[in-house]
Amino acid sequence: MPNRLSGPTESILIRGGRVIDPSQNLDSEQDILIEDGKIAAIDKPGAIPASRASKVIEAKGMWVLPGLLDIHVHLREPGLEYKETIETGTRAAVAGGFTSVACMANTQPVNDTPYVTAFIRERAKSSAHCRVFPIGAVTKGLKGEELAEIGGMVSEGVKALSDDGMPVMNSYLMRKAMDYSKAFGVPIISHAEDWNLVGQGVMNEGPLSNSLGLRGNPAAAEEIMVAREIALCRLTKAPVHIAHISTEIALEHVRRAKDAGLPVTAEASPHHLTLTEECVGTYDTNFKMAPPLRNEKDVEALQKAVAEGLVDVIATDHAPHGLIDKALEFDQAANGIIGLQTAVPLTLKLVHDGVISLKRWVHALTVGPSKLLNLPYGTLQVGKAADVTVLSPKEIWTLDSSHLFSKSHNTPFLGWKLQGRIDKTIVGGKIAYDSDTK
Amino acid sequence: MKHLIAAADLKVDEIQKILAVAKIFSSYVGGKNAGEPIALLQGKTVVNLFFENSTRTRTSFEIAIRRLGGGALNFSASNSSVQKGETLIDTAKNIAAMGAHCWVVRHASAGSPSVLAKNTSVPVINAGDGFHEHPTQGLLDAYTIQEKLGKIAGKRIVILGDIAHSRVARSNIYILKKLGASVAVCGPPTLLPPNPEVLGVDFAYRPEELLPQADVVMALRIQLERQNRHQLPSIAEYSKFWGLNRERAKLLKKDAIILHPGPVNRGVELDPEVADSPTSVILDQVANGVLVRMAVLATVVNEEGLNQWLSQKGHRA
Repeated sequence: MPNRLSGPTESILIRGGRVIDPSQNLDSEQDILIEDGKIAAIDKPGAIPASRASKVIEAKGMWVLPGLLDIHVHLREPGLEYKETIETGTRAAVAGGFTSVACMANTQPVNDTPYVTAFIRERAKSSAHCRVFPIGAVTKGLKGEELAEIGGMVSEGVKALSDDGMPVMNSYLMRKAMDYSKAFGVPIISHAEDWNLVGQGVMNEGPLSNSLGLRGNPAAAEEIMVAREIALCRLTKAPVHIAHISTEIALEHVRRAKDAGLPVTAEASPHHLTLTEECVGTYDTNFKMAPPLRNEKDVEALQKAVAEGLVDVIATDHAPHGLIDKALEFDQAANGIIGLQTAVPLTLKLVHDGVISLKRWVHALTVGPSKLLNLPYGTLQVGKAADVTVLSPKEIWTLDSSHLFSKSHNTPFLGWKLQGRIDKTIVGGKIAYDSDTK
Repeated sequence: MKHLIAAADLKVDEIQKILAVAKIFSSYVGGKNAGEPIALLQGKTVVNLFFENSTRTRTSFEIAIRRLGGGALNFSASNSSVQKGETLIDTAKNIAAMGAHCWVVRHASAGSPSVLAKNTSVPVINAGDGFHEHPTQGLLDAYTIQEKLGKIAGKRIVILGDIAHSRVARSNIYILKKLGASVAVCGPPTLLPPNPEVLGVDFAYRPEELLPQADVVMALRIQLERQNRHQLPSIAEYSKFWGLNRERAKLLKKDAIILHPGPVNRGVELDPEVADSPTSVILDQVANGVLVRMAVLATVVNEEGLNQWLSQKGHRA
């Protein structure tokens, strides 16, 4: 397969758009010139002559953002290609406005050795539509028993470590992982749930789980683990990132840690920002996730935390599953939903509704994730890679399965009316997605 | 009524009609109309789709189907393609394609009847799904209480045992409350829901607090594996503190009755002397189960036919 991200690029002028780039505190109409895959110039409207570009993108009425980053996706390759491949997952990514994704280690085999990391990197090079940054396992086989080859994986390009869906329950081992990872400068991402307390729980524990007859997973399972990760961070001073945080009290733990100056960060998923446990009432397995959908108070607290910047990052937890994993009894179905093509409109709604400022929203999708993984992206500064997302912010559309590029269609948002549509996604100066041509 | 999936969704008049129809049917089973057939399920195939073991419920439905002239097909997961990995939806779609007129479903996963209702066009009767609901059990218990005590409104009903993992408790609470009873639940805190008050019932951890006021005590079965999941130190300890033994039975009012959905763990939740005492109506529950299920089947599969039959025969339900 051709390498989509290298080779000759054209020069592009993006004209007349509203450029919002928190990395340089910019929110105004600007023209942007792209040359040789880089941002060549950024200047007031009309200042850059169209003759300098071989292609002009008219962006009047559009928002022009640094290419978005999603640091929490499951691309399923190698081993689970019936759910997703690097090719299909990154195609969904660019269609959703993302120019970089970081993929979790729970492939088959698990990304717990330099060889698997190298494979993912090579597959991405030959098939990906956007930048792909592998996340390595913390422990071998995600088993929580022995450290994975962290140094070797970092040498091959791993940007963070996580056992994601399989929380490291052994606190001693987690402490050692945090200590060890400091030598390689990568953060640990924690899917913070106390597995023993989760037990067989399949939805948020409370009155509703009780009346639906489904085993509850209490908020305390998350809160305990967030508190533990913070305690270990205090002990080791190693950076720890809380994935898809979902409860009000877990957020309070993070607030106190940040106030104490600890290197703790957190992310929120679009679904935890949008949906409550009430959705589970129909036993539709597209509302089954880990952590589970919580109640209204938690959703409000999470929205507020993103607005304040307490939550640093919006990330999708894009989790493709086939019908064989989802068209099952609720307690037997897999956790998770796809999210790459719905993240922007779902979270943009919070901007339209005045819950989150526009700048904070863009920050959480650009500077926040980029800083976390120490990447040189998420910015439109001159000289940096030309990763750009052009968004039609007001456009209203209805999500249909024909829009989805992911191999899997496990999303509860089919049929939803969404506002905000990706117009173009540019990766390294190349148009990776164009809504006019698809 | 298109389906009977959850007692929570039943309206008071729907409950009352089912109980009234069951009462009418009783005269055709052993009463003055005995021997006269009720052919309301003539030509209909009802499939007992059982993914969990059951003696009472399955047999009860089977007899009810036959008494209404229907064909009962018993499907049990243990000797089916489910063992070969066929999914619930595929299994149901395949049987539906052969021409089923009603599902009677028993499944360990809560929500399975809703999944079937969504994926096939066949009416669904829930015969127990996980911890969620067992509406026909709730109906037959209500029928039995009404039969024995004359009415349900105002009666104090104590449900004793593993409430958290009990579909029987949930369906009973919904139905009995709708019929005006005052319901309390009792059990070890590990076997009560985390917030029992949301069920709209009173609760206590120790039975001694509730038994003296009870008109009805419903003892629930204790799953013997609870001990392994740290929910009980031992079955013996459950029996010692929560079992309805002769001592605790003495706390009851003279005319109180004892129910149990079966199967009874003798010596655990009920002492044999109590289970077999005159206050125990366990076998009446079983007998009434057939009548109530006949009423439910007729209502779900052939409501129009049922209404015609009632008016032809001059019954009022």
